Amino acid sequence: MSLNKIFNAVTASLVTFFISGSSALANGRNYAEPDQLGFMEPATQVMRDIVSFHDGLLIMCILVTLFVMFLMIYIFIKFNAKANPTPSSTTHHTGLEIAWTTVPILILLIIAIPSFKLLYLEDVIPEADLTVKAIGNQWYWTYEYPDHDDFSFDAIILTDEEAAAAGHPRLLGTDTHIVVPVNKTVRLIVTASDVIHSWAMPAFGVKIDAVPGKLNETWFNVEREGMYYGQCSELCGKDHGFMPIMVEVVSQAKYDAWIEVSREEYAGIEKDNLTRVASMLPAQQ
Amino acid sequence: MSDQAHANPTGWRRWLLSTNHKDIGTMYLIFAIFAGLVGGAFSGLMRGELMEPGINYLTMFTNGDVEAAKHFFNVLISGHGLIMVFFMVMPALIGGFGNWFVPIMIGAPDMAFPRMNNISFWLLPAAIGLLILSTMVEGATYPGVGAGWTIYAPLSTSGHTGPAVDLAIFSLHLAGASSIMGAINFICTIFNMRAPGMTLHKMPLFVWSILVTVFLLLLSLPVLAGAITMLLTDRNFGTHFFDAAGGGDPLLYQHLFWFFGHPEVYVLILPGFGLVSHIISTFSGKPIFGYLGMAYAMVAIGVVGFIVWAHHMYTVGMDVDTKAYFVAATMVIAVPTGIKIFSWLATMWGGSIRFETPMLFALGMIFLFTIGGVTGVVLANSGIDTAMHDTYYVVAHFHYTMSMGALFSIFAGWYYWIGKMSGKPYPQFVSKLHFWLTFIGVNVIFFPQHFLGLAGMPRRIPDYPDAYSLWNYVSTVGYMIAGVGTLVFLVGVFMTLRSKERVGDNQWGESATTLEWTLSSPPPFHQFNELPRIK
Repeated sequence: MSLNKIFNAVTASLVTFFISGSSALANGRNYAEPDQLGFMEPATQVMRDIVSFHDGLLIMCILVTLFVMFLMIYIFIKFNAKANPTPSSTTHHTGLEIAWTTVPILILLIIAIPSFKLLYLEDVIPEADLTVKAIGNQWYWTYEYPDHDDFSFDAIILTDEEAAAAGHPRLLGTDTHIVVPVNKTVRLIVTASDVIHSWAMPAFGVKIDAVPGKLNETWFNVEREGMYYGQCSELCGKDHGFMPIMVEVVSQAKYDAWIEVSREEYAGIEKDNLTRVASMLPAQQ
Repeated sequence: MSDQAHANPTGWRRWLLSTNHKDIGTMYLIFAIFAGLVGGAFSGLMRGELMEPGINYLTMFTNGDVEAAKHFFNVLISGHGLIMVFFMVMPALIGGFGNWFVPIMIGAPDMAFPRMNNISFWLLPAAIGLLILSTMVEGATYPGVGAGWTIYAPLSTSGHTGPAVDLAIFSLHLAGASSIMGAINFICTIFNMRAPGMTLHKMPLFVWSILVTVFLLLLSLPVLAGAITMLLTDRNFGTHFFDAAGGGDPLLYQHLFWFFGHPEVYVLILPGFGLVSHIISTFSGKPIFGYLGMAYAMVAIGVVGFIVWAHHMYTVGMDVDTKAYFVAATMVIAVPTGIKIFSWLATMWGGSIRFETPMLFALGMIFLFTIGGVTGVVLANSGIDTAMHDTYYVVAHFHYTMSMGALFSIFAGWYYWIGKMSGKPYPQFVSKLHFWLTFIGVNVIFFPQHFLGLAGMPRRIPDYPDAYSLWNYVSTVGYMIAGVGTLVFLVGVFMTLRSKERVGDNQWGESATTLEWTLSSPPPFHQFNELPRIK
């Protein structure tokens, strides 16, 4: 990459950043856009709320940083040794000290209100239309559809060539993936069989750790059809960077058809419970 | 006179058997520079690998084996974190500057327990030796610990069957014992050995900062020691503390770790707060603004630092009300931190500022720590952290506070005190060049990582989807700039030590008011044979 090319790319993305706001939104792409500066385009109400809350916080961040920066610049100009040879000896100002204690408290209180609203929106799970279970393994995800005979399958990363052939971004494609209907509330139950993993889908605003021996629960309700990509987000060993997550969001009709086919297709690889329990025990040392 | 009271050892005995706080402080500083170079080299390998998509360079270290290279990357991230926290920042700020200047600043001849001071230091080379050894024995199929500096169970238990994790645990045990003994030593010194007239409320802020820091260490390190000992027994003696299949809980480890880990990050930054206060005051020609507020802001940060740990665990599946509590508690920390930033600005206000190198680093620290602080307020919100957790946004945040907050204050302290410690002046141009290269370098490294994090790039991955390539490339370019800055620093150290010039007792003029400036440069082997009286 030549220096010139970097410069152009940086300028271009900064321009987009200031024109379109922090969440430099991609055009319907459900994974990161090259040189992107902000969040991915939200596909759920939760993520939209995260983005707008973040935009507000970002303004607060920029204002505070600029405030400190301008104060410092002013101080450098006004109170450098040349401009002000005799320093004052002020060391106290009660009013000022009260102000810079109470103003931050007020700002934090203002932040806290939308923060708690968002937190409870994410964490209180509404009545679900269907349930999907994700199990983290070193280094792939297993999915189960308990509503439909509990059929299950593994989703394993594609090689770079396979991903390119299938039209998936490099490192983000898997051989199989879960399919969910659009505009339906999906309850996701997450656990792991060996070490801790984390099921993350940036466009949904979902990230939940897969902890062995613990069932975690989260939810999403996707508003747009399409293929969505995420990555494991808790260090889980050698191939932590190579166990991507793919979710395809389709219409109800397509989903029903997919369920029919998959129920047949994956029925054969049903594991009996004993094997499954055994696989959750730690390796004998 | 003092030399008659004590043996005055020379040669290797002076260092290996040292009971002198200044000699021990010097050894801590040399150790921290060495460890910093190792940790910095680790990050160089990481940034080199991440410069472009694909597994590119690390295979050079693994005979072309890509699988081994992926594990090696995890070994690098784990080693980088452990080395920088336990063997660079803590030895530099607490062991180095703390040992050198806490006794002098309170008017004491030495630390309370000089021999314990010796063992505190000499455990560290053994500890880092064990950590380096761990990279050479089997971890998970391949050599080394690849479980992160947090060594979460079960990745560090059933996920790492080789002895590497055991060695890393022993390394942390030793480093922890070293720090606990150091903490006891500082507490006893500060409480019992202050010169007549030096009440707690007249104590220099650096001493205050060390006092709060060592209390944090004393209360948090035993929890870490317990947690890693439980890891050890889980690994070797068949216990199931963190093993769900045996009735344990992997999240228990995370709670114990972060109960230590969060106070630990304040351990890394608080001494820097103390140091920066002195430097700002000295080079503004004014006493520190709001001294008591500054001291108790540090105490408040220390206290609140103990009750916010689970904000590192927002995605583990905690109860929503628990998360709400940790959101509120975490945001509270912004208040005392804000008091400190604004008090520094107020100290400069109306001052007569000299832009000497220590002042440049202190100013850089204030500004960059402000950026790290505001992103910290963003991350404190559990609702947003769902999107940020374990992404590069977090990496950017904590490097703005640690790599810029703590490291800049270490360099500020270095240039502030190197004249006092060595009696020789640092080179003007080289030190300013060091500042600018470091300042530009670290910003180019870490600012773009905010973008990567928002776009969803996970931490701790050796290869990434192609969309993240631009900012990773820029980040690595920044590393090169900062790397040149480090070389310039070493040149400056060399030039300082070779210098034929000498500095006077008080290099910085009458606004440097603490007791070290009343002594010669370098100070005598034993100072204050007659205790100074503080009015």
